[in-house]
Amino acid sequence: MVTKRIIPCLDCKDGRVVKGIQFQGLTDAGSPAELAARYQIEGADELVLLDVGASIESRNNQLQTVRDVRAQLSIPLTVGGGVREVQDIENLLHSGADKVSINTAAVTNPLLVQESSRAFGAQCTVVAVDTKRKGDNWIVITRSGTEEQELDTIDWVRKVEQLGAGEILLTSFDRDGTQLGYDLELLRAVSQAIQIPVIASGGAKVTDHLFEAFQAGADAVLAASMFHYQTHTIGQVKRELRELGIEVRL
Amino acid sequence: MSRTVSIINTGVANIASIQSSFAKLGYETQFTASAQDVLDAKAVILPGVGAFEAGMSALNSLGFSDALRQRIHDNKPTIAVCLGMQLLCESSEESPGTKGLGILKSQIRKFSPGIRTPHFGWNMVTGTPYFGSGYAYFANSFRLAEDPDDGWEVATCEHGERFIAAVRKGNVVAAQFHPEISGDFGFSILEKWLEGVTW
Repeated sequence: MVTKRIIPCLDCKDGRVVKGIQFQGLTDAGSPAELAARYQIEGADELVLLDVGASIESRNNQLQTVRDVRAQLSIPLTVGGGVREVQDIENLLHSGADKVSINTAAVTNPLLVQESSRAFGAQCTVVAVDTKRKGDNWIVITRSGTEEQELDTIDWVRKVEQLGAGEILLTSFDRDGTQLGYDLELLRAVSQAIQIPVIASGGAKVTDHLFEAFQAGADAVLAASMFHYQTHTIGQVKRELRELGIEVRL
Repeated sequence: MSRTVSIINTGVANIASIQSSFAKLGYETQFTASAQDVLDAKAVILPGVGAFEAGMSALNSLGFSDALRQRIHDNKPTIAVCLGMQLLCESSEESPGTKGLGILKSQIRKFSPGIRTPHFGWNMVTGTPYFGSGYAYFANSFRLAEDPDDGWEVATCEHGERFIAAVRKGNVVAAQFHPEISGDFGFSILEKWLEGVTW
């Protein structure tokens, strides 16, 4: 049986790890390569590295950061942030990514998802979906949460699955950085709508939050703050999850 | 002489992770440039991601297929990973009508109906003394269901049903999972395979 995955996320800007609340107010949280090495030792199942600095300078730093992090890792590495065309994906793969996460560009040019899946395979094509609640539903938001799209989140995940996405990285804007727990209703709705794995993101603070996300259908959970500031180690969280009956790699 | 592992570059795999894993183990890497390289190299890795047909057509258009068959027939150290393992088989339900390398006398099939695919993430591999047992990272929607027999030892895995996680005969190893990103367990298999190389 495939185990549930714990994935620390490194949001990076200008070569440093940063962390914010609802995508804003970024503070420094350390060196990407050092944190990556620590997380692997603690038992991370893979790592996500997102470039949240929008500048060209930050993008150039990104490839070097990917190389530095890759040199530390023997687990899968997903990289995202500013991926606009097939060439960006190829550059990241050649720098040491195993999977590439496409966010805003998937919305503005859905065919990019298809091209990526055909050229590099579904297994390396992750679509990041940032979403927020609107009325009884959820809508897709882009450009780091600054733009609302006329796009229902459930319709969107079904579409990108058809286009060849291999996984969905689902971030709740409402919960990001709040430490209130994942949006479980959202997770249930999305994981029931599609076959491909769903990575839950946004809101984790304690092991129970991760447990609830798995119960709601998540295949993997992403967490940043709860690991960066060493309030929890991944090994400790995994042992607690196993006691709660969740199968994890230990 | 430096210890260099030759990578068959079909252009689409997570090549940098493969290079990085061998670097961590203390080996250099290079790409095979010709069929003669494929035949003569001390150690060859056939990585692969993506679709069966694309993988085979890349191998055929590079002119590497016969050389690969020959070196495996000659028991030269060769490791095939993920799609690379599937390409060693005769055919795949993923690409009906495309002929594989036919080294493993087996067909690649979809997981049975009702089983959630793709099979993504870490799963337990139960192996022979050569492979050992441990968690490995998989990303596959198709699988080798039956033992290829013919002297191949097999390691297995479960995802709704039993399937073949890896096979080995002499110096030839093929793995459905990704040893290059499967932590200590994956690295132990790469090291074991490399022990068979005469440098």
